[in-house]
Formats: sequence, structure tokens, C-alpha cells
Amino acid sequence: MKVATHSCEVIEHTWVNKRYKYMRLRCPAPLARQTVAGQFFQLACPLTPTEHPFLRRPMSVYGIGPEDERIEFLYHVKGVGTRALEALQPGERLSIIGPLGRGFSFSPAWRRVLLVARGVGLATMAPLVPLAARAGVAITAVLSARAPGDLMRAEFLRGAAADVHAVFDSDGSSGVERVEALLARLLAGERPDMIYTCGSNRLLALLQKLGAQGEVALEQQMACAMGVCLSCVRLFNEGGAKVFRRVCCEGPVFPLEAVAGEVQFG
Amino acid sequence: MAEPVDLAVSIGSVQLKNPVMPASGCFAHEYADAMDLSRLGALVTKSVTPKRRIGNPVPRVAETEGGMLNSIGIPSNGLLYYVDKVLPHYAGVPTPVVASVSADTAEEFAAACEALSVPGVAAIEANISCPNIEADGRAFAMDPQDTHRAIAAIKRHARVPIWAKLTPNVADIAQIARAAEEAGADALVVANTLLGMAIDPETRKPRLGNVMGGLSGPAIRPVVVRMVFQCARAVRIPVIGCGGIVTADDAVEHLLAGAAAVQVGTASFLDPAAMIHVIDGLVAYCERHGVARIRDLVGAVRIDPGLTDRWLRLAQQSG
Repeated sequence: MKVATHSCEVIEHTWVNKRYKYMRLRCPAPLARQTVAGQFFQLACPLTPTEHPFLRRPMSVYGIGPEDERIEFLYHVKGVGTRALEALQPGERLSIIGPLGRGFSFSPAWRRVLLVARGVGLATMAPLVPLAARAGVAITAVLSARAPGDLMRAEFLRGAAADVHAVFDSDGSSGVERVEALLARLLAGERPDMIYTCGSNRLLALLQKLGAQGEVALEQQMACAMGVCLSCVRLFNEGGAKVFRRVCCEGPVFPLEAVAGEVQFG
Repeated sequence: MAEPVDLAVSIGSVQLKNPVMPASGCFAHEYADAMDLSRLGALVTKSVTPKRRIGNPVPRVAETEGGMLNSIGIPSNGLLYYVDKVLPHYAGVPTPVVASVSADTAEEFAAACEALSVPGVAAIEANISCPNIEADGRAFAMDPQDTHRAIAAIKRHARVPIWAKLTPNVADIAQIARAAEEAGADALVVANTLLGMAIDPETRKPRLGNVMGGLSGPAIRPVVVRMVFQCARAVRIPVIGCGGIVTADDAVEHLLAGAAAVQVGTASFLDPAAMIHVIDGLVAYCERHGVARIRDLVGAVRIDPGLTDRWLRLAQQSG
């Protein structure tokens, strides 16, 4: 079957800072060969004495390979599911379904790509870094974080070379005007062949305002993650009309210019 | 070598190779990527409505203890789209298709069921748990008269068997079950989601965009098993159990309570092959218990009718 459940062994599971954890799995099938940057898996977070997650948790893949059985995640521990997941020890097993969804597009013929990331979006876009580096495509990255201690620059680049522009809430460099000026300068000066973004509606809106064309990976609450339950819809502008698309199977990667403004919840 | 277990069941005139089928709203052709659809007893599709509907605001799902709330809002592309674009997905699958239908009024229900009485539709599941616009939004199946009116109107127009899907949000579900039977329903689906609500204490916001929604999953199974038991005793038409089934044992529980077949919904979201595991597990259960025909389990709960009397006599002796 094209979509199957895999019982994976946790090989490594460590904190990278106070809020984020890294997890490496060994899968019983060569999932790394089937997975592309931007795709995700549905994780069955275990029950713990204090956390009782019911639904699986969609999580985008952070590392793919190099071994065929290696899949990695980098996640923010913040809710019931991730607190339960956090408790898994090396040697224990985790059930995952996937890979799911449509990933980022990429061409080795490109000259330069621009990656604009904040928070957990950094993990989602991280697999693009080795892809571009191996193909000899230059990388410019705008990384936004609360403070320098939250940046995870090394976890993002994993040894690859890139022109990194880090901006922070703590010193005001992530303010809208300053980031807008930075992005405008990069778009005009470097003329990237592709722009990717994930992790911030504000950065997405800025890129749209600047007329950028590229791809965004979106998040949304899901249940089935296979296009069945219709929980995870978002609105898009397509051909002059507004249409709903399912983030799980028609995304999670979409043309960034097509994302329609969100209806504010609550 | 023992005879293979006979899993076949009949829901009125509809023959099923086994009693396991999806619950409406929890199945679409995308699941063909995760399982062999020909192994299922029936394919119950998502509710289709006469008019196009966009569905409710997000978030449309929220996790709860042992279950989930949903308020998807029945997004629908209408009847024509269903016949032209949805049904063809199942044309080559040797499994009966049951079309779930929702409508705003009894007459719209009747017209929709007439329009869906087409080749490729083995039965129609009338989702009378949805709001009745003519009764201030109260679900048809919350009232015996509304239930009778809707099912009777549908039966005058439909040319395929009609399964009435009841809501559990009632005081006396047996009364509703009898009303549906009297109006001519060929089977009952018991039940739908339980109306619920969840609030995030941190943000003080409801967890669903639509504020309230339907609770499903293992958390509701005891409530629904009780309702299956009550309905099966109240009517002669088959009852299809739907509520909280994750494993084969859960399905057996519904069968013993009186269900002739079962629907699996939320469990498929946790494991898209859940229905296949339930079917395999039913075979294993029957082999383990020497059950030759799965239909022998229907209503076979062992209730000791003299227990209460003996208990009371014993209590009197205790002084």
C-alpha cells in the first residue's frame, strides 16, 4: 500500500535548547528514499501518566537520510502531543504514517534560493539546505527568532554554507519595517530562483506584500491527514476565486502568493 | 481444517460480505491508498447535500480525552458532483456503496434520495441527525414526528433501501427508532456523534471554530452500545452500530448488543487500515470462540433475566 504505518525505533532523542528536541528514528522500511523536503508524517505520540494524546500529530520531516532508514524530527515541546512524545527514550518505538503531503519543489539548475524561516518553520525547511548544497545552489537564509539563544542556526545549516541574516525580537531587528527592508533588498539584489517560507504568518504576509513568488509550508489542525476528514482546510486565491484546499494532501506546501488572508479565529 | 468463518450479513435486501463498513464522514476514496476497499462490507460515503456547502470555520477538530470533537459542517459539492465525480471512484470496487445524504427539509431529503437512486448506489443513509430548517434547526431525529415525516417522504421517492441515521442526543432513542421503522426505514444506523464543547483555559476560546461539535471515538462507545441495545429490542429492522469502535472486540460488543453490522469512523483517522484490522480480528474472535457465522453473535449478549429477582430475595434474607 502507498500509505502504511511504520513502527520505528528511537535511536537518538536530545534537547537542542530549552524548548526544542531532536529525534532520530530508524524505520523498518527505506522511507528516506520516498520522502522529500516539506513532507510530513503522522506520529502516534505515546500515552504517559500525565499526557493522553488521542489523535496522531502531523510533523514535518527535519532530516532525510543519508541512510535509507533514517528519518529525523526537530520539534517544539509545547502541547499534549509533544510533551508525550518528548518522554520517548532511545530504544523505544514510535508508530508513524507517511510520508504524507506534497513537498517543496526544487531544481538543481537553479542558481540561488532564499529561505525565510521562523520557529518550527526552520525544521520544515531544513531538508532543503543539503538538497541545495549538494546541487551547488547558493542559499540565502533569513532566520527569525525571539533571541540569539533560540535561533538554531547550526541545527538549520548542519555544516552547509549559506548567507545567513539572523533577526531577533530581543533587539528589535525582527520588526516589520526592518525585515521588510531586508527582504526587499535580498529580492532585488539576489534575484533568487525560488523563495521558500514557513513558520510565520507575518513573514508570509511580508513576502506577499513584496510581490514575491515562491512556496510556503502551512500548518493546520488535522485528524486523518489523508484528505478524508476535511478538517485542515485553508483559503486560497485561485484564478480570481477563493477556494478551500486541504493542507494535508493538497499541501502542506502551496504557492505563497495564493494564500488568502486568514479569517481570525475566535 | 475447520470451515472458514462466515462473515456475511444482510441489511434488509443488501448483502454484505462482512459486517464492517466506514462511518459517514470518515471515509473517502483517498483511503484506497491505505487499504483494499474490496475487503470492506460496504462503502459509506461522506454526506452529500442538495445544495453546495462550504463547511464551518477552522479549527474543525479538537482532541478530547479518548476521543475528538468535530464540526466540519458537511462541506458538499452537491448531488450532480456526487454522481459525476464521487461515485465513479468506486465503479470497479466489488463492494456496495451506501450514499449518505443530508438535507434541510423533509421534501429536500425526498428529492435528493430520488436523485441518488441510481445504479452504483446500493442504499442511502439518510443523515436525519442534521438540523431541520423547518423545526428551528432541531435535528429531525430529535423528534419522533419529524423523523417519521422525513423518512416517510424519502420512502415515497427513493428506489433503493433507506437507512436512517439516528442522533444520540435524545432522551428516548427507542421511540425515535420505532418512528423510523413505522415510516418505512429499511435499517437504522445507531448513532451519530454526541453534541459537545471544549474550551481552552489558556486562551478562553472554544476549541472549535463552530463553538460546539460532535464527540466521537472510544469515549462514547458505552453510550452507543446502550443505545444499540435499546434500539435492537425496539424494532425488527436491522440496527447498524456506530460509535467508538477501534478494535474487533469493540465491534463484537456492538454485535452482542444487537447490531447486525458496524461502522468504524474516528479509528480510521488514527490508523487508515483500522477497518481491515477489525475484519481480521473478527475472524480471529470467531475462531477462538467457535462461532461459525458472525450473524450468530447479533444480540447474543448473555443477560441473566432472573438475576435481579435472585438478588432481591438474597437481600431480603440479609435482614
